[in-house]
Amino acid sequence: MATSEPADMAAPPQARPSSLVKRHGLATRIWHWVNAVTILVMLGSGLMILNAHPHLYWGQYGANFDRPWFNVSSVFEGGRVPGWLTIPSQYNLALARRWHLTFALILGFGLLLFMVAALANGHARAFRMRLRELAPRALLHDIREHLAFRFHDPADPTAFNILQKLAYVVLIFVLLPLVILTGLTMSPAMDAAWPWLLDLFGGRQSARSIHFIAAMSIAGFILVHLLLVVAAGPINGIRSMITGWWRVPGETP
Amino acid sequence: MSKLITRRGLVGAFAAGAGSLLAGCDRLGDDPTFRKGLLFRGDDWNRSLQRLLSNRDAPAREYRPDQMSPVFRTNGTRDPGTPDYAAHVASNFVDWRIPVDGLVNRPTAFSVAQLRSMPLRAQITRHDCVEGWSAIGKWTGPRLATLLDVAGVKDSARYIVFHCADRLGRARRPYYESIDMVDALHPQTILALALNDRALSVGHGAPVRLRVERQLGYKHAKYVQRIEAVASLDGIAGGKGGYWEDVADYDWYAGI
Repeated sequence: MATSEPADMAAPPQARPSSLVKRHGLATRIWHWVNAVTILVMLGSGLMILNAHPHLYWGQYGANFDRPWFNVSSVFEGGRVPGWLTIPSQYNLALARRWHLTFALILGFGLLLFMVAALANGHARAFRMRLRELAPRALLHDIREHLAFRFHDPADPTAFNILQKLAYVVLIFVLLPLVILTGLTMSPAMDAAWPWLLDLFGGRQSARSIHFIAAMSIAGFILVHLLLVVAAGPINGIRSMITGWWRVPGETP
Repeated sequence: MSKLITRRGLVGAFAAGAGSLLAGCDRLGDDPTFRKGLLFRGDDWNRSLQRLLSNRDAPAREYRPDQMSPVFRTNGTRDPGTPDYAAHVASNFVDWRIPVDGLVNRPTAFSVAQLRSMPLRAQITRHDCVEGWSAIGKWTGPRLATLLDVAGVKDSARYIVFHCADRLGRARRPYYESIDMVDALHPQTILALALNDRALSVGHGAPVRLRVERQLGYKHAKYVQRIEAVASLDGIAGGKGGYWEDVADYDWYAGI
C-alpha cells in the first residue's frame, strides 16, 4: 500500500551526506510519545486504584475473607503504594479512576491505530523474525553483543536485532493486548457484552491479577528500554524518535 | 555523545522528568478546564462505547451455587442507625413503604409483603466493588420493571432515582443513586429482598436493595425508601445522580 511515509527499516536506508538515515515513520513517532505519557498515567493511576483494595486473588471472586496471593504490604510498609508512584499522589480512588478509564481509551485505540498503520506502511515487516535468528546460538551471540554495548549490525545498522524484535513483539502483541483485555474483563458491563472474557482469563479476579502482572511487565520493559536508550546514545535515539532522522553510529559528522 | 551529558545525568533527568510529570498530573487533575475538557469526559465516552458494544438486555454472568463466595462481606453503610430505621428493624419492616412516584401515571406505594408476593427472580451474580474486590451471592426479589409497570412510568422519564434511608458523612446526607431506563428495565435489575436465601441483613441493606448487575457496587442502593422517575438528574441533591458522584466525583456510569 502506498503511503507518504517512508517504510522505515524495511527499505534500504536513505543516506544523507552526514550519514543520517530515516529511522522512524510518523505513525511510530506519534504513537511513541502519546504512549510515553499515556502509559505513565496508566501505571500511576493503576497503582492508586490498587491502593483501594491492595490484595490480588485468583478466580471468579475475591474479597477480604478470601485468600489473596499477593498483598501490597509484602512490598511496601503500611500496605499502600507510596504517593510518589501514584496518580494522584494523595489517596483518591475516584480521581485515579477518571485518569485510568479516560486514558485507557487512548491506549486501546492508539494500539489499534498503530497496528493498522504498521501493516499499511510496511513497518510490521521490521519485526519479522527468521527461525535462524531464534536459534540459541544466535540469541546468545546477540546477548553478548548487548553486554559489549554493540547494538547495531554494521552491515545493516537500522535493522532491529533479535532481542529488540522479541521485546517489541512481546510488548505490542502480548503485553498491551493482555493489559487491555484484562482491563475490560474487570468491567461488569463488558463481561455482560463479551462473556468470553471471563472464560478466557478464568474470572474477574484472575483478570485483575493478570492485569497487574502485565502492567508491571510493561513497567519493566520501560526501565530496560530507557537504560538501553542511554547506553546506545540518548541524543541520537531521542532525536530519531522526534524527527525520524538517526545518525549511523561509528561515523562522525 | 557530548561529555557534558553524562549517562548518570540523563538517568537522573529521566527520573526527575517522570517525577515532575506525576506532580503535574496532580495539578492537572485539579484543574477545572482539564477535568471538563478531557478527564471527566471518559465517563460518557465509556458509557456510549459500552452501550454500543452490548445488547440492551445482555445478561451479566450467572454462577453455579458452588461458585459462591463463602462469606459475602458488607460495604458502605453497615447500619443506618437512625431512630426511624431502628424502629423499622424492631417491627421487622412491616410498616416499610416504598412509594414509586415522579413521572408516573399511578403513584403507588409498595410494602415489603407486596414485593414478596410478586413474581420473584433469583440470580447468583458477582458483586464488583469500585475498590476492586468481588463477591458472588444469590439475590432474590421482584424485577424493578414490574413495579415501574404498576406505577405506569411516563415516556418522558429518563432516569430512575433511588432514595435511601442511610445518611452519610458529617453532613448526614441521604444516600441516593440513579440509573437510566436501559438498566432500569433490564431483566436482572431487581429489588433484592434476600441474599443467599435469607432475608437481607441490616448490613446488606434490609429490607430492600437494588441490584443492577452490569454496574459497580455503589450503584446498588441499599435501604431503598423511595423510587422516583425523573426526566433529568439536575434537580436532585448535587445534580450528579448519586451520593458518591456528588461528594467525591465518582463516575455516574459505573459499568467499568
